[in-house]
Amino acid sequence: MGDYAVIKGASYTLAHTPDMVIHDGATQVTERVVNPDGEYLKELPKHLRSYEDVLAYAPNQVYIGNMTSKDLEGIEMPWHDKAAPVKDRTGKYGEIMPQDEYYGLMQICDVFDLVELEAGFAAGVKTKLAASGMFTDEQVAVLDKNQFTKEQIEDAVKNDGACGLYMNDELVGAVKRAHDVDVNLSAHVMLENISSKATSVLSLLHLVKATGINPDEVDYVIDCAEEACGDMNQRGGGNFAKAAAEIAGLNNATGSDVRGFCAGPAHAILNAAALVKSGTFKNVVVTAGGCTAKLGMNGKSHVEKGMPVLEDCLAGFSVLISEDNGTDPIIRSDIIGRHKVGTGSSPQAVISSLVTDPLDEAGLRITDIDKYAPEMQNPDITKPAGAGDVPESNYKMIAALGVKRGDLEKAQLASFITEHGMKGWAPTQGHIPSGVPFMGPCRDMMLAGDISRAMVIGKGSLFLGRMTNLFDGVSFVIEANKGQSSGGGSGVSESEVKSMIASALKDFAAGLMAE
Amino acid sequence: MENQKRVKEFYDQYGADNLVVLVGAAEGEAAGLAAETVALGDPTFAGCLAGVSLKLACYHICEPEIKAEIDEAVYDEQVSMMEMVLDVDDICEEMNAIREQVAEA
Repeated sequence: MGDYAVIKGASYTLAHTPDMVIHDGATQVTERVVNPDGEYLKELPKHLRSYEDVLAYAPNQVYIGNMTSKDLEGIEMPWHDKAAPVKDRTGKYGEIMPQDEYYGLMQICDVFDLVELEAGFAAGVKTKLAASGMFTDEQVAVLDKNQFTKEQIEDAVKNDGACGLYMNDELVGAVKRAHDVDVNLSAHVMLENISSKATSVLSLLHLVKATGINPDEVDYVIDCAEEACGDMNQRGGGNFAKAAAEIAGLNNATGSDVRGFCAGPAHAILNAAALVKSGTFKNVVVTAGGCTAKLGMNGKSHVEKGMPVLEDCLAGFSVLISEDNGTDPIIRSDIIGRHKVGTGSSPQAVISSLVTDPLDEAGLRITDIDKYAPEMQNPDITKPAGAGDVPESNYKMIAALGVKRGDLEKAQLASFITEHGMKGWAPTQGHIPSGVPFMGPCRDMMLAGDISRAMVIGKGSLFLGRMTNLFDGVSFVIEANKGQSSGGGSGVSESEVKSMIASALKDFAAGLMAE
Repeated sequence: MENQKRVKEFYDQYGADNLVVLVGAAEGEAAGLAAETVALGDPTFAGCLAGVSLKLACYHICEPEIKAEIDEAVYDEQVSMMEMVLDVDDICEEMNAIREQVAEA
């Protein structure tokens, strides 16, 4: 048994893309097919938020690290009609990028000349991206290739199957199709995939900035988003991880994609921790970009209730998993929950397999975990859509299981939820909310000594792919680093072994002298 | 919508007398909506049961009528946790209201 892998840092980023809500969100794309003249599509634009409103939205500020989940407890719901005390673009974990710059980032991430921007628009964006300091001169120079007029872009959208990129409903660019026949390389799919890649790149760049790691020291990258890239001969061939690592300048890394619907990130972290703990790699990054299809996913409910459409940002995150440094929180890769093939799908079976089974094996009680991070969806988004408060539902289930096991009294249900739970703050981008939004805040809380043990729970709805009716999930425990440099499982450190050998030799020498 | 299609197929195959629909929704409103759909027709007019009244018997897994039918140990292992979490009274109220509507229809 070697040392455990540690969490060296995490980044979280958002890209505010209101026009993509209208043009690329799956709910809206479907509505344009089945009900093109309906009220919803007419009403939707009036419900889109400005960039300033998105900056002033408390859950977004929690996501990028300027506020904490605890701060949300002090704000009465709904949160969308109250301005956050912080409205900054950047936070300790990342940034909220505006749409125009995001289109520029898409082009920087596109290596097949599929993204075209109108010349004047591109020039403005280039200046902004150059000023951000996040990109190399070579990268921002990519925007110089845009010599396209608006008419040319319109022609590509109208007559050549390209998907438009809009600012306030005005066409400013397009993503072209990458093949004439192959639907896997259609403009729509390319826009989705370039978006996933671009938001992953943004998070990777912020991870490098936040952790201070030398990009050349990253050995391996695992992408855990929910898109698939490939062509008609290998539809999910991959590899988003390496594609994003290239743009982010991680020159010594290779990588691969791990998939598992919303559970993907938790699976990926387990993989990363195992690669590090085994000594295969020293530094592994888990990363994921956002999902254009999920923009405005609950838009109909939000519009119906007269509130802003809150799913207007593409999200990304990256986590750096490294060798034990005696300081950063460790991933207890020996306390792992698994929803197994034979587990069953009742909520009780699911929560038992992910929460209590691993705790039982480790001899821990439910109350020994200071904070649980299940799906951390922002309830401001889900409650008006009839999906309830997802984190709270999870905490209620964990608490109820605790009562059944005798770990706590029934009267303690509510206080358990407050003490061991958190208000959700993550955008509803599928894999994004699934436990991992807490990895950054968890690291900070453990380094500050506020908590000592947490559990991240990832769950995935595999049945959506129609390959199995099974549900899925994995969980793992994070612990504050006690600074024991080695021998995670044996309980004996290297220095102790040396001291024991020295003592034995001394005894041996003493024995010889006596003879 | 896919579920509506499957319920309709079972209805065609087995008939209303041989079919009970069990729901596991987390809230009374959602449970009631499901019950209404399979008994009186899809109120959202989105699926194949729009305007189709199958009058199927529909219960929530946490209702006492159903709990009484299930082996105690199995219920304890599979449902008791959710029974503690859900607002069972609210769910029962919603489900009863729909069944009363069906009886009157």
